[in-house]
Amino acid sequence: MYFNKLHRLLTGLYSLKAVPDSGVLRGLSWTVARRERTVRRRRSGCSEREHRAGPPLTGARAVSQTTVDPDEVKRFQSLASRWWDEHGEFAALHSMNDLRVPFIRDNLLNVHRARHPGKPLAGLNILDVGCGGGLLTEPLGRLGATVLGIDPVEDSIGTARLHSSFDPDLRQHVSYSACTLEDLCARDEPEVAQFDAVVASEVVEHLADVEMFASSCSQMLKPDGSLFITTINRTNLSYALGIVAAEQLLRIVPSGTHDWEKFISPVELERLLESNGFSVQSVQGMLYNPVSGAWCWTNSTAINYALHAVKLSSGARDSGSEPQENTTHTSTSI
Amino acid sequence: MLLKVNLAVKGLGRFLVRGKHLSCSASIISRGLVCAQHGHTGVYDVIISGGGMVGSAMACSLGMDPNLEGKRILLLEAGHKKVMDRVPDAYSTRVSSISPGSATLLSGIGAWDHISKMRCKPYKKMQQSLLYVFLSSINHSTVQFAERKLGDTKVWDACSDALIIFDKENLQDEMAYIVENDIVVAAITKQLDSLTDNVEVKYRTKVVKYTWPTPPQASDIVPWVQVTLANGETLHTKLLIGADGPNSMVRRELGIPTVKWNYDQSAVVAVLHLSEPTENNVAWQRFLPTGPIAMLPLSDTESSLVWSTSHQHAEELLQLDQESFVDAINSAFWSNENQSELIETAGTMFRSVLSAIIPSAGSPRQLPPSVAGIVPKTRVMFPLGMGHASEYIRHRVALIGDAAHRVHPLAGQGANLGFGDVACLTQLLSQAAFNGKDLGSLQHLLHYETERQRHNLPMMATIDLMKRLYSTNVAPVVLLRTFGLQATNMLPMLKEQIVEYASK
Repeated sequence: MYFNKLHRLLTGLYSLKAVPDSGVLRGLSWTVARRERTVRRRRSGCSEREHRAGPPLTGARAVSQTTVDPDEVKRFQSLASRWWDEHGEFAALHSMNDLRVPFIRDNLLNVHRARHPGKPLAGLNILDVGCGGGLLTEPLGRLGATVLGIDPVEDSIGTARLHSSFDPDLRQHVSYSACTLEDLCARDEPEVAQFDAVVASEVVEHLADVEMFASSCSQMLKPDGSLFITTINRTNLSYALGIVAAEQLLRIVPSGTHDWEKFISPVELERLLESNGFSVQSVQGMLYNPVSGAWCWTNSTAINYALHAVKLSSGARDSGSEPQENTTHTSTSI
Repeated sequence: MLLKVNLAVKGLGRFLVRGKHLSCSASIISRGLVCAQHGHTGVYDVIISGGGMVGSAMACSLGMDPNLEGKRILLLEAGHKKVMDRVPDAYSTRVSSISPGSATLLSGIGAWDHISKMRCKPYKKMQQSLLYVFLSSINHSTVQFAERKLGDTKVWDACSDALIIFDKENLQDEMAYIVENDIVVAAITKQLDSLTDNVEVKYRTKVVKYTWPTPPQASDIVPWVQVTLANGETLHTKLLIGADGPNSMVRRELGIPTVKWNYDQSAVVAVLHLSEPTENNVAWQRFLPTGPIAMLPLSDTESSLVWSTSHQHAEELLQLDQESFVDAINSAFWSNENQSELIETAGTMFRSVLSAIIPSAGSPRQLPPSVAGIVPKTRVMFPLGMGHASEYIRHRVALIGDAAHRVHPLAGQGANLGFGDVACLTQLLSQAAFNGKDLGSLQHLLHYETERQRHNLPMMATIDLMKRLYSTNVAPVVLLRTFGLQATNMLPMLKEQIVEYASK
């Protein structure tokens, strides 16, 4: 039971959907992985390439950019009203704030000195990608930052808007938009580099194309801006807990529910970010205790981890070919 | 297969519900916005209901916390503002024991300076205030005092010779200070005056109604606590702190069950003249079968009395003329009529056995000072009771001080438990604000409840147990507590731990 809960919480997703191409978790061919990634990307807020006039990535990738998957949207609609139940399905995301808010706050404070003790992040612009119900957006807003939360699921954005509408402090600092990161890139073309920080918490593991995500983030960031990512590692341990134990041995979760292939290791993520003009500052492991419902920092990044990267001011981004190889390598190397 | 059917049903349901749901949520959003525009008075971050010692300390402590800078904090007090431009000759009567932990809190909010300045005339040179562990927190006094050093505290049993001496030689720091409640409130009020940017205070304001929010999910009504005042004004707050005393309206309106019982006891308090000037730095407490009687030194010639006894006996004591009252006090401290020979012998033997095992343990006996008279019009009685709220918190609400817990004054812990609540809650709220949390969120309030109940309950249970243990004449119990007291006296380690716990 705990494994079930654990994994659900680890990934921040409660999937009712049984993925058809079940169980073949190791040795996926490149094409299968590719298809899977595309499906996931639709939810991720990292698609909608066709709206974009920005620098082209590879043609093969552009073809796979389609609209948001209706199944995924439906699933989240049913969850939207439950976003704010601290003891509900998103309890782990609520309690993860105990780590990720200080992580973001302290790393930003290292660069920007706080002038108002009550509002340490005052004056900073933050973009929260995949904000869901605003679980992380609101705390950042309370710390004084001007936060834009985006999520492709309109119901989540509706929930987030409603929830923040009552609080006069938040109204000044928090705004939401039901769109994808690419929408935003396209929309804000003239003044893209406007954010001091981009936050993508528990988002990357659902992305089809992390490569493009990274370049979009870089596009949104000011020079020296920070990128914060929390996600789940692809290790034997996360495989054992999340896939083998929960799905295959205990059969708590239907086989094939979770896509372990989507998980990304810190090393891969680091390499990918660095090839996109970021410099990774720190990687820190996080551990969830399903009994106490609390998170703590740990040295091991075997399961969950948080990453802080800074956009290099030179803006020297590598050409498209090398990251492409990285992506391929990522998908096939397991 | 089953799963698919399940999914299909869910999908269908969702499809049917969806249209309705969306329009509904849109209307909710617009209502929320309208409402927010309407109530332009805005939403307070914290409202504290009750401006007594604990409530005003809470307001001050929150107002001075750097992480809470810019938060809107409001203190509501039904009474008028208590200003003390100069220290009056005739003092208001209630006095509290302030443990070093509470003193740290008070100096942290800048009030301790005012307290030590306010009453320093006669005893300035002696510095520091009274210290005592196990004695009454509440008594009435009209004597000029505030700062007086107390050498040790003696606790003994009327039914035997057993005695514990808590003396400061064993201890690094003071055990406690005795300060008049009014001085504490006036000192904090002075501090609040300097915090007008952060803390708003409304005096002479009565609350007539609280409206609680529904649980945390995004709901269709205003998610804050509404406070309706007697003048018709309605306030909104993200967190309500109930500091409104033992008959807390906040607690009653929330329907939080309270475990409480009256002890069928009253406390008689008075200020005593001693028959001869002494160093008078010992706090005395004796356990009589009717209840503990305590004498706290105020000055070289005066002490404060707290006598817990039955209602009927208290009434009688109040009716007595001065001389008979003084006689009653002296015999309560000196009389041996409750001691039985059996217990006496057993106690002596136990003591000698202990001394054989731990030579040089224990301290030599001293005798309590005898009382010559009382300061006129200082004799008052009030009923004693104990109560404990089963919950300290609800969504967006926290109880502190006597609203959450009320104890027998025999251990002098009433005010300290309240100040402990303040320190704990301030720290948690400060942390919550620094982490960008909603101050009314249950998560950190739960930490507050756990932490404080873990501290308060054992303390309350011990006080209650002591009260009960010493209210009986039954030989085995007397024997047991005789051994207990004697053993405690012989074991410095244990004594230190008791004092340490009481000092928090």
